[in-house]
Amino acid sequence: MADHAVEHDYHLLPPSPWPFLAGLACTVWGVGMVAFFAGLYPRNAADPNGLMEFLFSRGMDMFGAEKVSNGGWIFLALGCIFATIVMIGWWRDVAKEGNTGDHTPVVQIGLRYGMIMFIMQEVMFFVGWFWMFFEFVLFRKERANWNPDVLEGASAYADSYGLNAAGNQFSTIGAWNLPLLNTLVLLLSGTTVTWAHHALIKNDRKSASTGLVLTFLLGFIFIFLQGLEYKEAFHERLANGFWLDSNIYGSTFFLATGFHGLHVLIGAIFLFSIWLRLIKGSMTPKQHFGFEAAAWYWHFVDVVWLFLFTFVYVVFAMG
Amino acid sequence: MSNSHDHKPGFFARWFFSTNHKDIGTLYLIFGILSGLIGGYLSFMMRLELMEPGFQVFDNPHTFNMYVSMHGLLMIFFLVMPALIGGFGNWFVPLMIGAPDMAFPRLNNLSFWLLPTALICLLISMFIPGNPSGDGFAGSWVMYPPLSTSGHSGPAFDFVIIGLLAAGFSSIFGAINFITTIFNMRAPGMTMHKMPLFAWSVLVTAWLLLLALPVLAAALFMLFFDRNAGTGFFDAAKGGDPEMFQHLFWFFGHPEVYIMVLPAFGIISHIISTFSRKPIFGYLGMAYAMVSIGVVGFIVWAHHMYTVGMDVDLKAYFLAATLIIAVPTGIKIFSWLATMWGGSLSFSIPMQWALAFIFLFVVGGVTGVALANAGYDAAVHDTYFVVAHFHYVLSMGAVFGIFAGFTYWFGKMSGYLYNKYLAAAHFWFFFIGVNLVFFPQHFLGMQGMPRRYVDYPAEFAFYNKISTLGAMVTLVGVLFFLLWLAEAFIVKRKAADNYWGEGANTLEWTLPSPPPFHQFNTLPRIK
Ligand code: HEM
Ligand SMILES: [Cu+2]
Repeated sequence: MADHAVEHDYHLLPPSPWPFLAGLACTVWGVGMVAFFAGLYPRNAADPNGLMEFLFSRGMDMFGAEKVSNGGWIFLALGCIFATIVMIGWWRDVAKEGNTGDHTPVVQIGLRYGMIMFIMQEVMFFVGWFWMFFEFVLFRKERANWNPDVLEGASAYADSYGLNAAGNQFSTIGAWNLPLLNTLVLLLSGTTVTWAHHALIKNDRKSASTGLVLTFLLGFIFIFLQGLEYKEAFHERLANGFWLDSNIYGSTFFLATGFHGLHVLIGAIFLFSIWLRLIKGSMTPKQHFGFEAAAWYWHFVDVVWLFLFTFVYVVFAMG
Repeated sequence: MSNSHDHKPGFFARWFFSTNHKDIGTLYLIFGILSGLIGGYLSFMMRLELMEPGFQVFDNPHTFNMYVSMHGLLMIFFLVMPALIGGFGNWFVPLMIGAPDMAFPRLNNLSFWLLPTALICLLISMFIPGNPSGDGFAGSWVMYPPLSTSGHSGPAFDFVIIGLLAAGFSSIFGAINFITTIFNMRAPGMTMHKMPLFAWSVLVTAWLLLLALPVLAAALFMLFFDRNAGTGFFDAAKGGDPEMFQHLFWFFGHPEVYIMVLPAFGIISHIISTFSRKPIFGYLGMAYAMVSIGVVGFIVWAHHMYTVGMDVDLKAYFLAATLIIAVPTGIKIFSWLATMWGGSLSFSIPMQWALAFIFLFVVGGVTGVALANAGYDAAVHDTYFVVAHFHYVLSMGAVFGIFAGFTYWFGKMSGYLYNKYLAAAHFWFFFIGVNLVFFPQHFLGMQGMPRRYVDYPAEFAFYNKISTLGAMVTLVGVLFFLLWLAEAFIVKRKAADNYWGEGANTLEWTLPSPPPFHQFNTLPRIK
């Protein structure tokens, strides 16, 4: 079948090892997740030194009351490292193709669609967490008044919010401290990334670089402050009755803000890698989709935080 | 402008590092067939067990329920979705819209390679401790807590969670790829309103995947942390509520049932039109019927939860919304009938599958409408009536759609024609078999036989026996399937470009069978 020359602008690719390796990495990561969080191998005090037990008994026990040391984290770490290597290799290929002109205008439109939809699915992921938060926490009083036959454990539910006593039984994190600061940090980073974008369009690469650096630094500051907040909460968890395993407020709070924090981390790394590409000379005033994708993602992370701040901190504190 | 694309890569690079939509589609189909055989084995064991009252095959009820759960998960996530969306979607969406490949060929391969990962996780789970009663996860494909949290203390279910997360991300990436391909890579002149209905069906399916699966992912993470990190989302003692899992699950789960059947709708439309030698009746209505099924599909989920004790007003809402879905579904059925009306029909193998699809899907749809009535549902919820309902729409809807598509496009994909008599035997054994399996289950359900039990009282023996005999007939059908498949590859009868002739007029029929490694180097122009 003698094919004639390619006369379209779409991007056909030669075979690539990355997807297959990503599948392998995901397998290692999955085994690691189960070993670390659940444990695949029973702990057997009689023979504590077996290799299987070392690698596959529950890694989380490191943090437990007895602090058993073990290697349950190893597979998880290996999986994460493996996946990171794959991602670096994959995206380096993408960047190379972008630089060598494979990303024609029509391909760029496709990348845009792709990124928009990726963000849409992230939004739906957070819809799940907000749904839980609204149901359990914001409407907790309404729920507690529901028919006890309908709501399982209604009284335990009410108790956990101190509704039978006066006020909340546990103290939470006030909105107007670190969370407010973090809100300002993220909002500021939204402006710096826009500054960087405009600078890049005007071919002022120096300002673009400064703006980007500021943006991901602000991102890392956000994560640092969030870490401080968690640390404090962890140390006071017994006194305050507020941790992810204390009650449903703690669970929704830590998982929703935690997954958000994870996304901030991803976004900041994304911006960092874009900055590396920028100072190495790629990205032109006309063509810099990688930059835009990172910026979109960053705004998405920002907006999720605004919702979290409004509802999880402010509205919750109002009662 | 390089010519390097014209050469096929070597074996390993071609099949493991693929960036070619047709090869990836083939991988998906092979994968689907393999998992379907495993899932089928599990269901056959279940039917052998239920042939008579008492214990036949299983000595442990937990193992029976583990088979039930794994059967459901394998068939849904590892047979129907990979075959219909990954397999046919990959093969024929680019061909039909006149595109050289998918928008993101590497991402496409990632979507595939996450599936073996997921399958490995599920298979491992079957052999490691689930709870003190036995190995594996026995809490059904719906995974309700507290059975899936405190009820399954072993690591088996954690593997199921990881596997489903991998399968979920596979589908999300696939969805992004399909939507981008369809929006961005249609051939010049092919407007959305000229796009073949199969591409439309995959487009709607992809949106459902994109918006529904992340919610399942969130719910799976909640289960994971409830199990392993002490969170209380579904733990009433901590103020959580197991019912909320059902909401999250079915918010995904109802769109999921349409994810499984919409691509089959698309395939059936092409087959009916081809073998009636007529364009499809009411093309735009057909396309927008699928769109509205997709939209309304997101707001009916609680019809799976009528018996949790929800408010009557809420039940009334979900009842009404559910019944509304029957309207666009009806549009599709009547359009197929109208397409055949006055057409010059030929009853080829794919047409037989398609006609059977219509007939059996209507049966399943009618029981669906019955179940949508909350009052009636209270009586038959979690009985075999529901089992009969969803098998009429799935193992006779979605699976018949798969076989219809497979027999329609087999020559196009492989380049070979199959033996008509073997394929007909496959159809008839399968058709008679599955009806024997599932029709009696309506009666069992109405008599009150509950789902997911290893044993039953003697009153239910008669229909159960018929049902198991049906499973044996179906097995013969499956053997004929494997037989015609092998025969076609051994005998190698060459297929022409358009072996169905006039009537088959979408773009894939303008190409050789099988199409070149990269097609449409010059894009086709649609008038
Ligand atoms: C007119 C359309 C339909 C209506 C009104 C409908 C209605 C229902 C209702 C009310 C239930 C809940 C029954 C119960 O658990 O008590 C149900 C269950 C189910 N339906 Fe449908 N259905 C329709 C079409 C479909 C289609 C097209 C599919 C898949 C291709 C499907 C797959 C399922 C499945 C898998 C279940 C059972 C889930 C489980 O409990 O494991 N349905 N349907
Ligand atoms: Cu449903």
